[in-house]
Amino acid sequence: MKRILRDWLPVLVVFAAGMLLWQFALAPWLGQFLLPTPAQIVKSLHAHWSVLWHAGWFTLQEALGGFAIGCGLGVVAALALARWRRLSSALMPYFIAANAVPIIAFAPIMNDWFGLLNPHAKMAIAAVLCFFPVLVNTTRGLTSVQPEAIELMRSYAASELEIFRRVRMPTALPFIFTGLKVATVLSMIGAIVGEYFGGSIQALGVQIENSVTQFDLPLAWAAIVVASSMGIAFYALIGVVERFTMGWHPSAHGIRE
Amino acid sequence: MSDTPVVELKAVSKQFRGGTVALQGIDLTVEPREFVSLIGPSGCGKSTLLRVIGDLIPPTEGSASVNGKTAGRARRDRDYGIVFQQAVLYDWRTVGKNIELPLEMLNWDRKRRKARVAEMLDLVELGGFEGHHPWQLSGGMQQRVAIARALSFEPALLLMDEPFGALDEMTRERLNSELLRIWAETGSTVVFVTHSIPEAVFLSTRVVVMSARPGRIAEVIDIDLPQPRTSAMREDARFFELVTRVREALIRGGVEV
Repeated sequence: MKRILRDWLPVLVVFAAGMLLWQFALAPWLGQFLLPTPAQIVKSLHAHWSVLWHAGWFTLQEALGGFAIGCGLGVVAALALARWRRLSSALMPYFIAANAVPIIAFAPIMNDWFGLLNPHAKMAIAAVLCFFPVLVNTTRGLTSVQPEAIELMRSYAASELEIFRRVRMPTALPFIFTGLKVATVLSMIGAIVGEYFGGSIQALGVQIENSVTQFDLPLAWAAIVVASSMGIAFYALIGVVERFTMGWHPSAHGIRE
Repeated sequence: MSDTPVVELKAVSKQFRGGTVALQGIDLTVEPREFVSLIGPSGCGKSTLLRVIGDLIPPTEGSASVNGKTAGRARRDRDYGIVFQQAVLYDWRTVGKNIELPLEMLNWDRKRRKARVAEMLDLVELGGFEGHHPWQLSGGMQQRVAIARALSFEPALLLMDEPFGALDEMTRERLNSELLRIWAETGSTVVFVTHSIPEAVFLSTRVVVMSARPGRIAEVIDIDLPQPRTSAMREDARFFELVTRVREALIRGGVEV
């Protein structure tokens, strides 16, 4: 209990100080059209809770779908690339080039392909964003196995499949989780960026856009708070899963590598 | 069985892709219960030779047999245990589970596995550390776990690739004595790669001196120190004579010592 307090107290103090500074110094100085006060945002959040909550959930579903597709494909591609090195050298330049395409340029096209109101368009955008970090991290994990660890398994006459299951996969796991955690946040970004180019009125990105055009900035900020909370929750969820699957890892015992 | 040499190398040569000749014309026979050290400068191919015996690297020419079978057959029959310079323990397994790994792959039942793990922990004097994770152990303790794992399924042959090379002098000497005790207790045959002259002399029944690239056997020196060896023998006149003989053989083989 004391340790939790010691770990979290500084965080809470900084948060409270930041909020006070915003409320009483920053917002009055900038004026409420540029920056509403935290109190206004909370009030708006409270007033529009039902709408915002549903919009957030709607967008989170798109993000989750995109996350699942993008990460799934990323892991599968990484498995193939780690297994067949020649394939890797043939395809990697294209993956890198694809990753360099700004997602903003890509979003309207997806909306066009799948239809503006179809959540699949947003999932596709989120998936594209998630794919690359998961691919890169997983590939690195799968190929970073100590050569001796493989030799040891071969000395036990282990099959490729057994080596994969008992050595490659556990070695890659921390890397994969790093990729997944990056992807949680990216999937949220992808979904919302997609919505900026048009989408269902139920979507959070559309809500943000509309409230800005109607000069209801506290509502726009409230929607942003919802979006970030969802992103943080998603990130934390993956973090919990990581802890659960990798209880053996030194970091889970408070040791830094 | 006891008349069959444990290791028999005939005219073994190894040329790597790119042209490096690592080994040339190696003939070597290791009899049961022998402790043979391979010593030579870095890059003389001694680790490669060990891997040829273990069928982890195929020879370009010549043949390797273990226990009267081809090296490949012997590997598939799990005829040897191997220990590397790094302990190569899997972090996601506890100490006990690491020792248990080869037994799992041999499909031993759970009860038998547990009993053997306890036995092995006693053998390497790590009783009570079964539930620890590898990274909670010192380097010397990790290496003892690796030895226990290599011996857990009672292979006739133990291959060791500079197992104590990364340890400090005091730990190394202690583990030398411990290894000799284990060797005597288990009745196994050991092929041991090192570049420490005193270590080779103290441990071995025979020292195989290799010359620099291409790796050849320069000289084989019988170590006639009485068995069992004691730490006090490290200060014996005969010990120093043999150290000098090995050193001179290395120099004749083209090494600056």
